Amino acid sequence: MENKNKPEPDKTIEADNDRKIANSSKDHIPGWGIDANPENDPTYPMKHWNGADHQRFNYEKPVQQPIDVEILHSTERPGVSRVFGTSTPPSGLSGMIRRFAFKYSESTYLHWVPLVLADRINVVEGYIDDLAHGIIPNPFAERGWPAEWKYNRKSLVTKVAVGVAITAAVVVFLNQKNKKTKKLFS
Amino acid sequence: MLAMNFRGPFRVRADRNRPMPEIKHPQDAIVRVTRSCICGSDLHLYHGLVPDTRVGMTFGHEFTGVVEELGPGVQNLKVGDHVMVPFNIACGVCPFCQQQLFGNCHESNPQATAVAGIFGYSHTAGGYDGGQAEYVRVPYANVGPTIIPDGMDLDDAVLLTDVVPTGYQAAEMGGIQKGDTVVVFGAGPVGIMAAKCAWLFGAGRVIVIDHIEYRLEFVKQYAQCEAYNFKELGDVVEFLKRTTGWYGADVCIDAVGCDAAGDAFQSLVGRKLPLTGGAATALHWAINSVKKGGIVSIVGVYGPLDTLVPIGNVVNKGITIRANQASVKRLLPILIDHVMSGRLNPKAIISHRLPLEEVAEGYHIFSAKRDNCIKPVLIPPRANA
Repeated sequence: MENKNKPEPDKTIEADNDRKIANSSKDHIPGWGIDANPENDPTYPMKHWNGADHQRFNYEKPVQQPIDVEILHSTERPGVSRVFGTSTPPSGLSGMIRRFAFKYSESTYLHWVPLVLADRINVVEGYIDDLAHGIIPNPFAERGWPAEWKYNRKSLVTKVAVGVAITAAVVVFLNQKNKKTKKLFS
Repeated sequence: MLAMNFRGPFRVRADRNRPMPEIKHPQDAIVRVTRSCICGSDLHLYHGLVPDTRVGMTFGHEFTGVVEELGPGVQNLKVGDHVMVPFNIACGVCPFCQQQLFGNCHESNPQATAVAGIFGYSHTAGGYDGGQAEYVRVPYANVGPTIIPDGMDLDDAVLLTDVVPTGYQAAEMGGIQKGDTVVVFGAGPVGIMAAKCAWLFGAGRVIVIDHIEYRLEFVKQYAQCEAYNFKELGDVVEFLKRTTGWYGADVCIDAVGCDAAGDAFQSLVGRKLPLTGGAATALHWAINSVKKGGIVSIVGVYGPLDTLVPIGNVVNKGITIRANQASVKRLLPILIDHVMSGRLNPKAIISHRLPLEEVAEGYHIFSAKRDNCIKPVLIPPRANA
């Protein structure tokens, strides 16, 4: 889907021009560089500054990993990185939402909020996928409740009892409401 | 093969039918995992707080293993080498790697430019399956994997892949001067390590703030520091001002990140709903507790959405904020020396050793803080093959 509101990029600040502008003569700027201090580097020692920043991405890149699965990439880079993970490519409804999200930059809620939504939908898809493959999900085991039984039994029993009581109350309430509705129409 | 399989928030399982990893790139290695930790930051994934965490993924970014297979472009390793694998996936040649910012590599994550590839840490960090498995694919094997030195305990080695470097870098980024008062928010494994490492930089006083009593007791002994339960302090910032002669700490370290407790509003918007990048309670306290002109070091993990912090106070107090993912490869030489010389004893923080088959219980114990859990380690069935 094309974003019609997207402004045309300003050609004067295209990537190729960045270093040309930076390296051009600054003779017309009085005092250019007069207070530069290489020791004023709050990133040291985490970063060992060597000027590579100013070469930008003009380095010998590793060979490209073959792109044999669908890889969504950030709009803030021109293509995929030289290596990438191939776990769980986008699929189904969640995949459609993820593809939509990747039309927007990392700087926007339109990127992240749909991804969170896709994650939640993906959970339901996971249940369906399990059942389609003959796997009955076991939420008690998957939530690690055997450990809860071992280390926090009283709280677990209380939680289960409260859950059962609330469910029973809801069932009884709905049952009574159903009976009243039937009486009205009988 | 057997591997952890994420099924949704608070739901994981040990799955025996996961496909074996394959060489996908000339610089790949396949490693048979011998130890794999559950990290505090894995809990952010487990709690559903990191966007683009897909069902079916395998987590795990702290692991050691034996090299089983190598791509044709790997020269620095041979089959059979026992290696520790840094959690960051780094190419070694981009401008960031060239300047030792191995946690900021530009050639390992297509999905986001703000973070490098990380093993088993959602598609926001590259979509790699992780090390809570019998086998794992390790890209750029010439760069990250480091041979475990003779005589090093495997349990020490696995902790050198994340928690120790992250704690160390938290202290390093604090720019600690001899005699400084350092406050560490969070007594989880990273906070414990940050407190321990603060002494290596000459801290004069180290204070840890948390609310889990058994962890406070542990850090008090392990890191020989002061430890306080914020639930008993009333106003944490006021307490820290008072205990520093109303001056503020010289350095504050946020070793908690997006899952912080302690503030109902932050918890609601950051953890329950979640509408922000996480509950920034610890960071909020750090900014307000540090002295004017002080340094706040952040290693706690936050989501990519906006986060509620008192940025006006950062400006008005002239605070320097330093933050990053740990650059594990940069730090390994000095940390190996600290471990081998006995100055650091990482394995003492391991509280649980579980078979990989019990990964669901491991996550629950760590997340719910049962059985005095500090650091769980998973051992795959083929660890000793």
